[in-house]
Amino acid sequence: MAQVAYAGASRVYPGAHSVRAVDGLDLCIGDGEFLVLVGPSGSGKSTALRMAAGLEDVDEGSISIGDRDVTHLPPKDRDIAMVFQSYALYPHMSVRENMAFSLKLRGMAKSEVNAKVEEAAELLDLTKYLDRKPKALSGGQRQRVAMGRAIVREPSVFLMDEPLSNLDAKLRVETRANIAALQRRLGTTTIYVTHDQVEAMTMGDRVAVLRDGVLQQCASPRELYDTPRNVFVAGFIGSPAMNQLTLPVDGDGVKLGELKVQLPVRVEPGEVTVGIRPESLSLVGEAEDGFDLRVELVEELGADAYVHGTLAGRADKVVVRADGRTPPRLGEAVRVALRDTGEVHVFDPESGLRIGAE
Amino acid sequence: MTARTNRLGRGALTGFTWLVALLFVFPVIWMVVTSFKHEVDAATDPPTFAFTPTLEQFTTILDRGFLPYLANSAFVTVLSTALVLLLGVPAAYALSLAPVKQTSNALGFFLSTKMLPIVAAIIPLYIISQNLGLLDNVWALIVLYAGMNLPLAVWMMRSFFLEVPTEMIEAARVDGAKLPTVLYRVILPVVAPGIAATALICVIFSWTEFFYAVNLTAAQAGTVPVFLVGFITSEGLFWAQLSAAALLASLPVMIVGWIAQNHLVRGLSMGAVK
Repeated sequence: MAQVAYAGASRVYPGAHSVRAVDGLDLCIGDGEFLVLVGPSGSGKSTALRMAAGLEDVDEGSISIGDRDVTHLPPKDRDIAMVFQSYALYPHMSVRENMAFSLKLRGMAKSEVNAKVEEAAELLDLTKYLDRKPKALSGGQRQRVAMGRAIVREPSVFLMDEPLSNLDAKLRVETRANIAALQRRLGTTTIYVTHDQVEAMTMGDRVAVLRDGVLQQCASPRELYDTPRNVFVAGFIGSPAMNQLTLPVDGDGVKLGELKVQLPVRVEPGEVTVGIRPESLSLVGEAEDGFDLRVELVEELGADAYVHGTLAGRADKVVVRADGRTPPRLGEAVRVALRDTGEVHVFDPESGLRIGAE
Repeated sequence: MTARTNRLGRGALTGFTWLVALLFVFPVIWMVVTSFKHEVDAATDPPTFAFTPTLEQFTTILDRGFLPYLANSAFVTVLSTALVLLLGVPAAYALSLAPVKQTSNALGFFLSTKMLPIVAAIIPLYIISQNLGLLDNVWALIVLYAGMNLPLAVWMMRSFFLEVPTEMIEAARVDGAKLPTVLYRVILPVVAPGIAATALICVIFSWTEFFYAVNLTAAQAGTVPVFLVGFITSEGLFWAQLSAAALLASLPVMIVGWIAQNHLVRGLSMGAVK
């Protein structure tokens, strides 16, 4: 079956300062799995995908698809299909020809090619546009043609490189759901690159977070959110980002302003980095337990409002999720309470690693 | 106030543009008009616009053996341009989409061949042609014109190849295409307008080339420009005949240019990305 395995795969760009764009990647994508590679720009996520496609050399380690080692095979022998960020349609060919190109190259009979193209067009709602050239299509339609070109081939693996980043926000949400549904229906192993964490969280069976070419964590979206392995993943997943404060240890907890926070794990004396998501905090009345925050910015999103402020007596910035109907005013001092100490993440300030990780 | 100055400015610009355009097109109009005159009318000073048009000059130049020269020009132009494309397209591909260490040196070398004035090379070229028995032979011109246009063509086509989206080529490779398929069925159709533009320039340059032609050819392999100077004789200038011949000489290029204009450059790689 078509599982994809990276084994210590590296891509090193030579030069005076050689760059390890992807550094010793170990990752196994199961048959039929939808894996999202996510990371900031320059994290090597696209390079990793292109290595699987055969468009980028593998300088160290190996990559296998199914039970074949494809490390040094050309793209055409890997049984993969790729969807590019720019769609990369052939401008001189009609939609039909674009989708049929790979099948024709394989020497498939004309009637069979037509049947497959029409089936894919039906699936993607492109039947009306089969005889148009790409320039006569809208952005969303072009994106679907790019998808169609991939699915007609019935490859073992789909590789998608930020396929939605050229669409407007509304269409992106719609297409996101369509792609996820299509992938479940076809059951084809998929590697999907994005820098958008919402795409990563909503689409992936598992999400692999990369930073500077190094895999940080690969887990289900839930697990990534609940137990990030280090401060980078903690800060990258979730919007707005998790509050991270480095504080001195005080007994079995830390003091957040006047609030004593008991940590859910045992820590050594010294300092720890605590991470608290904005939704783990809430605004409460003055009489209740909590710490004081001076409000500097309020982002109103309708249902929710995100209150940005500075911790009284410290320079640390904290973001709190509040009720969108009664947001505090700028400059006001508000009292903030912690919902549950179990929702506090604890990291080693030196290594950035999670403390008490199982 | 500003709107008015603006309008005035725009009016002045339009007037100036017309003036420049007229200045450029005047010799052409003069040539066309003169070609329909009798030699007597053509020689008047100041020029007259009141005359009885005649096709006499056209029949005269055809009688003087214009057609073989026209055939030579056509043959040399078509073949040298074909040769340029045959060699230039792969070169431009290699120098743009498959670069190696020495690519920029190779490009510099191509350009450097244009730095030597033709005059400086004409004596060696003459001797070489003589030794090869290629004097007054169209094949000498074909090779020389191809050599003359190749560097320019490679540079021009390279810039068109550079505009081909890399992802489109990668998509073709993932789709299972080998290099020749990628080249002929994906890249070439996309750069076709650019190649057409390049070919047009080669055609014009070959068609109007005079210096090699006048030095290396005579009655056998002479081209149209060589035929044209035949009208500048010791007995005087035959303005009307010369104009008629020049008109016939420029017609093919004008027609080719007009056809090409509709297909040129526009829409290069439109719709491939985004």
